[in-house]
Amino acid sequence: MRAFLHGLPGVDQVGADQRAAMLATRSIKTTAKRQAIDLAVSMVDLTTLEGADTPGKVRALCVKARHPDVAQPDVPRVAAVCVYPDLVAEAVTALRGSGVKVASVATAFPSGRATLDVKVADTVHAVAEGADEIDMVIDRGAFLSGRYGKVHDEIVAVKAACGDAHLKVILETGELATYDNVRRASWLSMLAGADFIKTSTGKVSPASTLPVTLIMLEAVRDFAAATGRKVGVKSAGGIRTAKDAIKYLVLVNETAGPDWLDPGLYRLGASSLLNDLLMQRQKMATGHYAGPDYFTLD
Amino acid sequence: MTDALFEYAPAPESRDLVDIRSSYGLFIGGEWVDSLGDERGKSINPATEEVLAEIAYAGQPDVDRAVDAARKAYDSVWSRMPGSERAKYLFRIARVIQERARELAVLESIDNGKPIRESRDIDLPLVAAHFFYYAGWADKLGYAGFGPEPRPLGVAAQVIPWNFPLLMLAWKIAPALACGNTVVLKPAETTPLTALLFAEICRQADLPPGVVNIVTGAGGTGQALVTHPGVDKVAFTGSTEVGRLIARGVAGTRKRLTLELGGKAANIVFEDAPIDQAVEGIVNGIFFNQGHVCCAGSRLLVQESVEAELLAALKRRLGTLRLGDPLDKNTDIGAINSSAQLEKIRSLSAEGEAEGAARWSPPCVLPDRGFWFPPTLFTGVSQSHRIAREEIFGPVLSVLTFRTPAEAVEKANNTPYGLSAGVWTEKGSRILWMAARLRAGVVWANTFNRFDPASPFGGYKESGYGREGGRHGLEAYLEV
Repeated sequence: MRAFLHGLPGVDQVGADQRAAMLATRSIKTTAKRQAIDLAVSMVDLTTLEGADTPGKVRALCVKARHPDVAQPDVPRVAAVCVYPDLVAEAVTALRGSGVKVASVATAFPSGRATLDVKVADTVHAVAEGADEIDMVIDRGAFLSGRYGKVHDEIVAVKAACGDAHLKVILETGELATYDNVRRASWLSMLAGADFIKTSTGKVSPASTLPVTLIMLEAVRDFAAATGRKVGVKSAGGIRTAKDAIKYLVLVNETAGPDWLDPGLYRLGASSLLNDLLMQRQKMATGHYAGPDYFTLD
Repeated sequence: MTDALFEYAPAPESRDLVDIRSSYGLFIGGEWVDSLGDERGKSINPATEEVLAEIAYAGQPDVDRAVDAARKAYDSVWSRMPGSERAKYLFRIARVIQERARELAVLESIDNGKPIRESRDIDLPLVAAHFFYYAGWADKLGYAGFGPEPRPLGVAAQVIPWNFPLLMLAWKIAPALACGNTVVLKPAETTPLTALLFAEICRQADLPPGVVNIVTGAGGTGQALVTHPGVDKVAFTGSTEVGRLIARGVAGTRKRLTLELGGKAANIVFEDAPIDQAVEGIVNGIFFNQGHVCCAGSRLLVQESVEAELLAALKRRLGTLRLGDPLDKNTDIGAINSSAQLEKIRSLSAEGEAEGAARWSPPCVLPDRGFWFPPTLFTGVSQSHRIAREEIFGPVLSVLTFRTPAEAVEKANNTPYGLSAGVWTEKGSRILWMAARLRAGVVWANTFNRFDPASPFGGYKESGYGREGGRHGLEAYLEV
């Protein structure tokens, strides 16, 4: 495992940053922008991961997920609602029949500092409550100390505990520090059976960045070319504006390719992003901005 | 080239920013004057073949006037002015360029055919940076290592190419003026418009009349200028062929000469290279500015052990290049600058096929009007093929392979040119080992076509002599 991961082609940081910056200059206007905004809405994993989360807060978020904007009934629904395991049941009830998936973080999110038994039990619980998707965190301590086998085996165990639920593996790139590590962690997770690889928990700064997402998109592209299996990517944390979201979509389009422009293969983990997407959408439809008070805060 | 799912809508930069006159005269002694002759030419938009403006082709009497004006300004004002005062003018020019950057970028793209993304994000920032950089030198020449009070040379005749019209103007004019010389500059006949707008900027900056003179025209004008007896210094950027003529023309005179000529750079990719960034570097090396770059990485030397992998990645990446309207902000590849250049690219590419190399281009729709050439790569190229030896100056990449570092050096150096080279490897020691052996003026490591005003640029062998940029660039304009 170690020999394989260290044998992957390196990532030149300057070059990767430059490529991401160049793609960020793409100018997405008019029809393309409208299309991109709806696509982005349909890719949002609407997230609440606070210590203060309550069933009421989750129910409100689920209503928002079903109908993001009452004033714009043609807005697509979001991809999923992402909550802590103990609130999964609440979300499942609130979203029944809507098509919106329930995602749950698990495995001692966000630090991942627990024994494997606890992580597996955490996962089993969330799945039993009805979660469609599990967002697990990798053991960054093990990864950084070179114990790749441990990281791998944990993912395999959690994947087994997921059953039919989709597994998103959070790399927490802000703690991996180098792009070489991001590439290695991406391959490691995919080899262990991840259905998605995800940038961040949102609890560590920096969270998702364009270059990090670029590296991960390159990894899923190369993995698909090598194995035929398409793994999804989720960028999470710090994406707040429609403009940012569109930059990510351009990155997806020109790196992994148009196949990944699908909620089944690309997600945006965010909370405040949705309202900006809705505001920009309305601006494009009506020609003027409504104030933030016209979009519900849930 | 693009997918139906997320097709970027056209995002054209507004043309209204620029005001192109139907006809231009010459800029001599701070004034617009008509040519004394009646020879004229047209500058066209290579993306549409639309005529943009009529320009004068200056003859000998015009060049006489321009050189006289430059001499007068040199003797009476510019050479006597303290460096700190000259700096103020250069700083002012740099600021005006920044203020008018969008206008200049749009005009550059219209006249040259290069994508607005490049003129906006690369050319113009570098142009301003060059003036800022040399403005900073103007009052510090005594500390540049050329003695306590290095003197300027006099009147500089400068002839620049069409590939980076405004950037090459900056590379020429900024150091010349900083050192206390006055200039007569001839832009290329296919791309004179930004130089003419620069003349307006000189007026806006209150530059003393005659310090900068701009005479438009073709080869005849250039010849009249560089052979003019009143000229003390000749600086030329362009083809090796014309460079030779100029070198002959000034031989035996007092004139100093710097030449920045052609290239056939090797971009060398080792098996341990960061492949994704190497692919970007290859693309940037040869498809930047449609390959109209003297230091373009037109020969890709790839280690045989990663050839298949690299070529697959490169071809996939070429499929995402967006060719079309240079003013569209999402365009990656613009128009070929002229029909003559397009013809040259076509004929050399045909020659490549005839010699047995395999030609490949991504599926790509070329616009009906204008001069266009798809991004092209040739595999199975050997050192003896013409496409591996001659400068194509277009979006055409020749792919060769090597087995060992020594072979890479040998092949990279096996060219009459020596302007630039690129090395891609994660191994730092190998970069240094290669750089010490490559006979090229610039060696880029894990990047390509990166420019900075503080970094000297110039060639080995038939790529020319003299350096532009950095402290070294001052030497060409000082009595040292």
